[in-house]
Amino acid sequence: MSDLPKSDELFAGLDHKPQKKDWMDTPVNIRKGMYCYSANPASMETLGAPFARKWNPLEEDWKLPENWQEIIHNGFRERLDRFRTFKVFMDICVRCGACADKCHFFIGTGDPKNMPVLRAELLRSVYRNDFTTFGKLLGRVAGARPMTLDVLKEWWYYMFQCSECRRCSVFCPYGIDTAEITIMGRELLNLLGLNIDWIATPVSNCYKTGNHLGIQPHAFKDMLDFFVEDIEDITGVNTEPQYNKKGADILFITPSGDVFADPGTYTCMGYLILFKYLKDKYGLDVTWSTYASEGGNFGFFTSHETMKRLNAKMYAEAKRLGVKWILGGECGHMWRVISQYMNTLNGPADFLEEPVSPITGTKFENAKSTKMVHISEFTADLIRHGKLELDPARNDNLKVTFHDSCNPARGMGMFDEPRYVIQNTCNHFYEMPANTIRENTFCCGSGSGLNAGEDMELRMCGGLPRANAVKHVRDKFGVNMLACVCAIDRAAFPDLMNYWVPGVDVTGVTELVGNALILPGEKERDTDLRGEALPGMEEDDAE
Amino acid sequence: MEIEKLLTERKTAISRKWFEQVTDTYPSDTSKFLKQQKDPFANPVGSTTMNSLQGVLDELLKKEPDKEKLVFLLDPVIRIRTVQAVFTPSQAVGFVFFLKQIVRENLKNECRDLQTLTALSAFEGKVDELALIAFNIYMECTKTILELKANHEKGKVYRAFSRAGLVEEIPDDGPELIR
Repeated sequence: MSDLPKSDELFAGLDHKPQKKDWMDTPVNIRKGMYCYSANPASMETLGAPFARKWNPLEEDWKLPENWQEIIHNGFRERLDRFRTFKVFMDICVRCGACADKCHFFIGTGDPKNMPVLRAELLRSVYRNDFTTFGKLLGRVAGARPMTLDVLKEWWYYMFQCSECRRCSVFCPYGIDTAEITIMGRELLNLLGLNIDWIATPVSNCYKTGNHLGIQPHAFKDMLDFFVEDIEDITGVNTEPQYNKKGADILFITPSGDVFADPGTYTCMGYLILFKYLKDKYGLDVTWSTYASEGGNFGFFTSHETMKRLNAKMYAEAKRLGVKWILGGECGHMWRVISQYMNTLNGPADFLEEPVSPITGTKFENAKSTKMVHISEFTADLIRHGKLELDPARNDNLKVTFHDSCNPARGMGMFDEPRYVIQNTCNHFYEMPANTIRENTFCCGSGSGLNAGEDMELRMCGGLPRANAVKHVRDKFGVNMLACVCAIDRAAFPDLMNYWVPGVDVTGVTELVGNALILPGEKERDTDLRGEALPGMEEDDAE
Repeated sequence: MEIEKLLTERKTAISRKWFEQVTDTYPSDTSKFLKQQKDPFANPVGSTTMNSLQGVLDELLKKEPDKEKLVFLLDPVIRIRTVQAVFTPSQAVGFVFFLKQIVRENLKNECRDLQTLTALSAFEGKVDELALIAFNIYMECTKTILELKANHEKGKVYRAFSRAGLVEEIPDDGPELIR
C-alpha cells in the first residue's frame, strides 16, 4: 500500500508544462526505472568498502554516517591533490555548451541534468563552495552551493546515469574528460558506501573467484566444454582448448559474459574455432586461464584502488604461467583500463615480451607497454597476411552493421580492425550514419555497470540514439545483425533492439569469424554457430 | 468550406504549433535543443516527434483515418515518452489533446455556424480516439519494459539455481522467456 501515489502527487502529474527554475532550484526526483538497486552489504564487506549497510534510494534516510559531509569534503580534497586532471577539469570549464547535447542520456531522457556540463556542475558547485575563494565569498553568484543531503542524492542519481562513454569529451574544446568527473563522483560516493549492486556484487565476485559471475574454475571449464561439444556437432572438429598451461606462448583473457551469456557465448565459440585453426595450421600455443577468467573490470566503476586490484590478477596470472604476452577478447572497458590506466596501476609489465604475432611476425607496437593485443587486431593482421581460409558466404543470411563499442573506440582508438574483419567474413556490411560511429559512436546506454534489469527505462533512454541509427540502416538496407566488440554491448543490445528495433539480432565480431573460418578436416556445415540453417541449407533443414 | 480542407491548407502551421507545444512539455533547456537541432541522428527525440506528429495530422485530416496507420505513426513518439521519466503517464500521452486547442484557435474566425461547429466537434472526436490509441500504445510499451525486466530477473534466478547445482539439465536455450 505504501507504494500507492498520494492524490496530490497524481494531480501534480497532470500539468503539462514544467516549471521554469534554475537547475539548482530543481530538486532531485529519484524515479523508479532510472536507478539501480543499492549495493548488497555482503559484497561491500568483501571489498572492505566503508559503511556497508542496507539502504533504499527511495527512502528519506540513507543511513549515512554522522560526519558524512566531512568525509566528502576530505575525499574531495584528497582527490584534487592526487589527480591533476580532476583539479584542472574542475577549474577550466567555460560552460560553452559544446558537450551539452552530445550525451546519449541527455538526448534520450530529456533531463537537462544529464547534459555533461551540468552533471559536472553538480560536483563543481560544491568544489567552488569548499575550495575556491570566489565560491566562498560570493556563494551562489559564483555558482557555488554547500553540500547538503539533497545535493548528495542528486550526485548519486546522476553519477549513475552516466556510462563514462566519453562521447562528450570528443567535443570539448578544452579536452575535459567528463567521464573522469563521473569516476571521481562515484569514488566520493563510495566513501559513504553509496554504490549500486550491479557493480558491487560483480566486483566482489571477481575479487573472490576471478570473474563477475562468481563462477568457479571447474564450472568455467564445464561451460567451455559445452561449447566444444556444440562446435564438434556443427563442424565435426574437436576444438578442446588448453587451460592454465605453463609456458604457453599466449594467455587469452576475455570477459566472462562471453562464457556465460548469450549471444556472447557464440563469440566464445568463435575464439575456440580460431585458436584450433591456428594451432593446427601454424602451431599457435594459446592457453585459457580458469583463474584470470574475467577481462572486464567493474572495479573501474568503483575506485582506482578497486580497478587496480582486479586488473592485477590478469598480469599475475600471465607471470605465473610464464607466457610471452596476453591476447584479449572482445571487451569494452577492459581495454580502456589496459590502454589508459594499466601502466600506472600495475605496470610496467616488463616480465612479458613485446607482442609479436608468431604467425605473421607483426609487431604490435601499440601494445609495447601493456603487452596485451586485441583479438580483432590479431585477427585483422592474420587476414591481411592471407593466413585464414574464409568462406564469407556462410554469413550471407546476415546484413551486418557495426557498433563501435565506446571503450575500444574512444579509449584505445580501434576503429578499422573490426570493420576489416567483418568485411572479410561477411558479404553484406552497412555503416550507420557518420555522426553515430567511430569516435562519435553512441553508447549502448548500459555501460559502466548500468546493465541491470531494474533500470530498464534508463537503459532504453540511454540507448535510444544508438537504436535510432540502427533503425535507419534496418529500414534502408534491411540490416538484421548488429555486430560489436564488447560483452556489455552483447548483453545490453538484445533488450534495446527488442524495444526499439525488433528484427535486429546481436553478434560479436569473432562469431562471424567462427562461422566463416574453414577448419582443417571439418565436415560440411549445415548450420551456423547458433544452430540456425546456413544460407542454401534451409531446404535440407526442412526435410 | 469543409474544415478538413481548411485545416489541410493550414496543416504546416498547425503541426509546427503542435510540435512546439509537445517539445515544451520538456524542461526548457531540453525543449530548446529539441527544436533547434535538425539532424535526426543527433536529435532522435525531436525528429521522431516531428515526423510522428506530421504523419498523424495528415492521417487525421483524411475523411476516414486508417486506425492501423495511426497506431504505426503515433507509436514512435509514445514509445519514447513512455520510458522518459520526466513524464507521468498522463503527460506521456496527454499531448494528443493539445491538437484540439490548436485547431480551435486556428478556426476561431470560421466557427460561426452550426455546420462548422459540428464538423469541428467531429474532428475533435477523432482526436479523442487518437488519445485512446495513444493510451493503448503506452500500455503496450510499458508491458514490453516489464517483460524485459521480468526476463532479466528470471535469468538471474536461473543462474543462481544453476550455480547452486539445483538445475538438473541446462536447456540449450536457457530458461523459457516471456515472448
